[in-house]
Order: sequence, then C-alpha cells, then structure tokens
Amino acid sequence: MSWLIVGSVPRADFPLVRGDYVLQGDTLILNGRHADEQRIRVARGTPALMAVAAAAAEVLGIPAPQALVAGDIGTGEGSRAVYAHLVENIDQIDHAGLTFHYLLPDIAWHNQVLWALEARNPAPLLAADAGFMYAAKMSGYAAHYDLFTPDAGEMAFLADEVAPHPFYTRGFLLQEEDRVPELIERAYAEENAARHLLVKGKTDYVVAQGTTVAEISAPDVPAMEPIGGTGDSLTGLVTALLASGMEMTQACRTAALANRHLGHLANPTPAFGVADLLPFVRRALERALE
Amino acid sequence: MIGFLRNLFGKKDDAKRGVSEKGLLLYHSTGEVIRAETLLKEAGVAVAVKGPPPDLRQGCDMVIEFPLLEEMRIRELLEQAGLAPMRVAAAQDHLLEPVSLYHVKDFGDYLMVRAANMKITMDKRDRRIVNVSGGGCPDVPFLAETLVGKVLDQAPEPRSLGRTLCGYSLQLAFEELRRRCPG
Repeated sequence: MSWLIVGSVPRADFPLVRGDYVLQGDTLILNGRHADEQRIRVARGTPALMAVAAAAAEVLGIPAPQALVAGDIGTGEGSRAVYAHLVENIDQIDHAGLTFHYLLPDIAWHNQVLWALEARNPAPLLAADAGFMYAAKMSGYAAHYDLFTPDAGEMAFLADEVAPHPFYTRGFLLQEEDRVPELIERAYAEENAARHLLVKGKTDYVVAQGTTVAEISAPDVPAMEPIGGTGDSLTGLVTALLASGMEMTQACRTAALANRHLGHLANPTPAFGVADLLPFVRRALERALE
Repeated sequence: MIGFLRNLFGKKDDAKRGVSEKGLLLYHSTGEVIRAETLLKEAGVAVAVKGPPPDLRQGCDMVIEFPLLEEMRIRELLEQAGLAPMRVAAAQDHLLEPVSLYHVKDFGDYLMVRAANMKITMDKRDRRIVNVSGGGCPDVPFLAETLVGKVLDQAPEPRSLGRTLCGYSLQLAFEELRRRCPG
C-alpha cells in the first residue's frame, strides 16, 4: 500500500517537495539525484517521523512512504502551501493512506483537505498527529479520521470539548496519566476522537471505537519521554505498519511495543536526540514482530 | 465543486461540534482597541473589531477578534507598542484560561517541566537545555533546534521566536524551569 506523509520541515528556506525520499544515516534525502534534491538532518518533528517510517519500511520489505513537506518555522506559509498543493492536486493523491503531522492548524484548509480526500474512491485511510490533529478536533470532524496518536497532554485536549488548542485545556483535565482512560471515554462521548487512538505515555493505549483493546507498558524506559521526536518515531512506526497492510489495532500495538524496544535497546539519557535511536529501529521492530 | 456543495448543504451537525479558532483582546478603552487593531492590521494579522459578549464588558464595548493560534506573536507586537491588552480570552468560551498547571519530572541529573502539551528538559549539572518535546505547531521543531544545547540563562525566550500557542506553552514551561532552577 502506498502511503503519503504530510507535514513540515523546520527551515524557512525549504521548498515544497512531494515524492520519494531516502534515509542515509541521520539525513533525509528528498528528490534524490535530481536538480531540486533537498537534504535535511533528522532531529525531531516530521523528519523524525519520515526517518523512522523509512527504516521500518525496510524491515517490512515495503517501499518507504512518500512525503509532502514544506519549510515552516511557525508562520504558516509552508503549511498553507502544503494544504493548497493537496487540494489543487487531489487527483494525483492516490495513496492508500495519509499521515498528517506538523502543520499549522487551520480549520478552513483542514476542511477543504478532508472533504477532497473523502471524495476519493476509495477514500484513503487517514492518520493524524500534532498540529493537523488539533485542526481535526477543532473542526468537529475528528470522527472522520481512522487514527489519532495523541500523548497524554493532547488526550486531555481531545477530551475537553471546549478547548480550541491544548494551551486552553482546562486544568481539571490536565492531571496525571492515570486519568487517560477517563479522558478517552470523554473524548469519544463528545465525538472528538478518531475511530482509533494510539495514546502515547507511560502506558500506551490502543483504542478502537471507544473501547480500549490493548495497554502496553513494558519495557518501560522513562528517559524516552523528554526526548523530542519519540512521539514522532511512534507515529512513524505505525505509519509503516499500516502501509504494510497490517490491521489497525495490530499495527498500533506493534508500533507501541517497537517504540518501547527502541528505547530499551538504545538505553538513552534524557539528553539523547531521536537520531541517536535510528540505528536501533530494525532490531526494535523485529523484536516487536516476534 | 463538491467542497462548495458540502459548504452549502453538508456536515452541519458535525460543524456544530467544532470549536472557535478565534480569541478576543479586551481593553479598557475604545481608543486602545482602535490603536491595537491598526497596529495588528499593519502587521498583517487578520483581526476584526466586534461587540463583546455581555459578561465580557469590562469597560470597553469593543473587543478585537484574532486568530488564536497567533496569540504569541500578537502579544509580542502589542507589548512592544505599549498596547498590552487588559485581558485575552478564547472566543469559544470566555472563561477559558491559558494553562497554569505544570508537571515536573526529576530524572536525577535532568529535570523536565511540562506545560500543556510542551516539555522542556535541562541538565541540572550545567543548566543546559538538552531537549524540547511535545507540541504540534510548526514553530516547535524550530524552537527546539534553537534552544537545545544552550544554557538556560543564555537561551532566547521562546516567545521571542515562536509564533503559536505551542510556542507560548513552551514559554510557560521555560519560565517555570527558570523559576525552579534559578542560576
């Protein structure tokens, strides 16, 4: 199954790029061997998701996903270019699934993108994380998505029916992680959750249509939490597994386990970068698939 | 065409469940509202002057509606011009307040502070920022690359570079970290 990762790159000078990419060490190469070749070092954000998805795809024996990214350091220019490109070129977006990531939340653009994709026949699987997940919730169309991958803080935002952004999540919902099951229930009651959730945290929860079908809490590597990009690595893993054709809940469970093995094998300190984890993706995923 | 028709006829029930992406700037006087609106429009911010909800009338019968996600940049622009608002509220529910709860985790040599969806981690031994994680807006990876590796006292404040509410959450976590670990 072909898959498209849609997100941004934290560089103001990075042009809009759509197509194949490869991972070489800690660097992504987009449009390789072409005049408009672009390179970006993997640190966090969408490049981290792309890197882990490519490494996992190699293990699974499938082509790496394609990517649609543009440079955006918060102005929204790159995000809007990505949104416009998707809408204007929807006839060329024939992927079985898409994973949306770091994009400036914009409800009007979100709705145009969602409706254009839903009009495709067959409609692709839709996974959302980070800013685009915020837009999906803000828009009222969360239930139209196949998968969200929130962390505990973002889960509280999904559960808060009036919060327009995690910054405004009400305090009584922002408690410790042991309240996640309650937050899941509340998010579904308000129809602010996707059909499936993979909630990242001390315990990872796999949720299907409001019912928790798996909880994964071992191996537990606390140092993974502060490392920027470890949530992106989990989204990258589940992206590759879905692209391999794996059933949704199994893909979520396997991805959660693989991300934990990634931490266990790398034995990181809180000062690690996600690029330090890349050499361990293969063994981590193989172990999760055993 | 499909999108146009859906705009006209479709998804009404779903749309009712959406929440506003607008915020409100409240001032004591109409003059301040007008000056602030002028400044923001000149800066290219999509703002509109509106009548406030009855219970938000705190001495001014006008509020400025603005894109909530740009709150950080807007606050910075207004503060630089001496036009800081009396209050900022979310249009969705004016009782909503920005996050004020912090979660702190001690990893021995490292301390992590979380505000809303943003986390910042420091090495206690040399007060160097070692990681920034969480968030979803595109300024977050950019801010992280700017902050990581810098000593807490010498690092730029996230609000000086960030542009979104995720950046503002990081600013709050940054301030809390400095409060807990004064140099």
